[in-house]
Amino acid sequence: MALGWYLAVSVLIFCIGAGGVMVRRNPLVILLCLELMLNAGNLALVTFARMHGGEAGQIFALIVMVVAACEVTVGLGLIVAISRSNLPIDVDELHELNG
Amino acid sequence: MSAVLFFIAAIIAIIGAIGVVALRNPLYAVLSLVCHLVALAALFLLLRAEFVAAAQVVVYAGAVMVLYVFVVAYVGGGDEVAAGSALRILGPLFAVALSIELFIAMLGTGLSGIKGHGAPYRYGFGDPEHIGKLFLTDYLFAFEVASLLLLVAAIGAIVLARRRRGLEDDERDFAAVRAAPRPAYTGTLAEAVGVRRVLDQLEQAGSVTELMGGVPQDKAMTATVLGSRDTKEPAPADSGEEQS
Repeated sequence: MALGWYLAVSVLIFCIGAGGVMVRRNPLVILLCLELMLNAGNLALVTFARMHGGEAGQIFALIVMVVAACEVTVGLGLIVAISRSNLPIDVDELHELNG
Repeated sequence: MSAVLFFIAAIIAIIGAIGVVALRNPLYAVLSLVCHLVALAALFLLLRAEFVAAAQVVVYAGAVMVLYVFVVAYVGGGDEVAAGSALRILGPLFAVALSIELFIAMLGTGLSGIKGHGAPYRYGFGDPEHIGKLFLTDYLFAFEVASLLLLVAAIGAIVLARRRRGLEDDERDFAAVRAAPRPAYTGTLAEAVGVRRVLDQLEQAGSVTELMGGVPQDKAMTATVLGSRDTKEPAPADSGEEQS
């Protein structure tokens, strides 16, 4: 397969994720859509690594995975804290910091 | 063969991604993302990134998704209401515009490798040995920063998700402690300053007048408040001092 096809898949997944971040209101699903976008970036990085013939892109992809895991941990901690304080799990309703 | 595998994996990945966005129940969205991640791992394998594919399956589809499932079960993800009208139209429009722009950028690129099949394969490309060597030599700084980031995220998650008390909870707890029955003379603060002993004496004496030894009540009270000893029948020494 020509490597352009992989990039096309990556573009599609990234755009689906970006649209999901804008459309959905549940912060859990927004985090899932962020994962989609990060994974699309990973796919592009690995494709470029294959194109170039060096492993640097794969290293970047692994680092992106680490960053995504950190983001998930903190994001889910925030969601648990929100649900503990009996606030609605809905990004449109959450305006506690809105002075 | 590789073309067939690519199309199967790519179609599953895209369907999984659409499922994440379209499914209303968050639990189904998580399961759809697991599907997507496994298909993406297959794509990584086709790109000869074996270690990345294994990490994808173990770390993402394994650990992170289990975390998601637990939080969905804890929070109780019900079906959500649809988004506000403006974003509901603008979101897909933005996504389509973004994809058109990216496709134009991809088709108009001067990158010659995009039509090829990649660099010639050399033995050991993308296996754990090479990745590990690179991590500990050329990319050591990124490796250390990533480990530090993981530590910070772990501590941050503990701090964020900790059970913390609001003001009302605190006040209620203090009231409960104050009202709780407690055996006499077991070291409360009230006993330490002598209030409890005075209250006990008061209870035994029956009234303030008897306690003060027949002094009229208002005089005894002023004597107690002022702490003076020049009344005829002085108040008990400890009560005079401790109530002041």
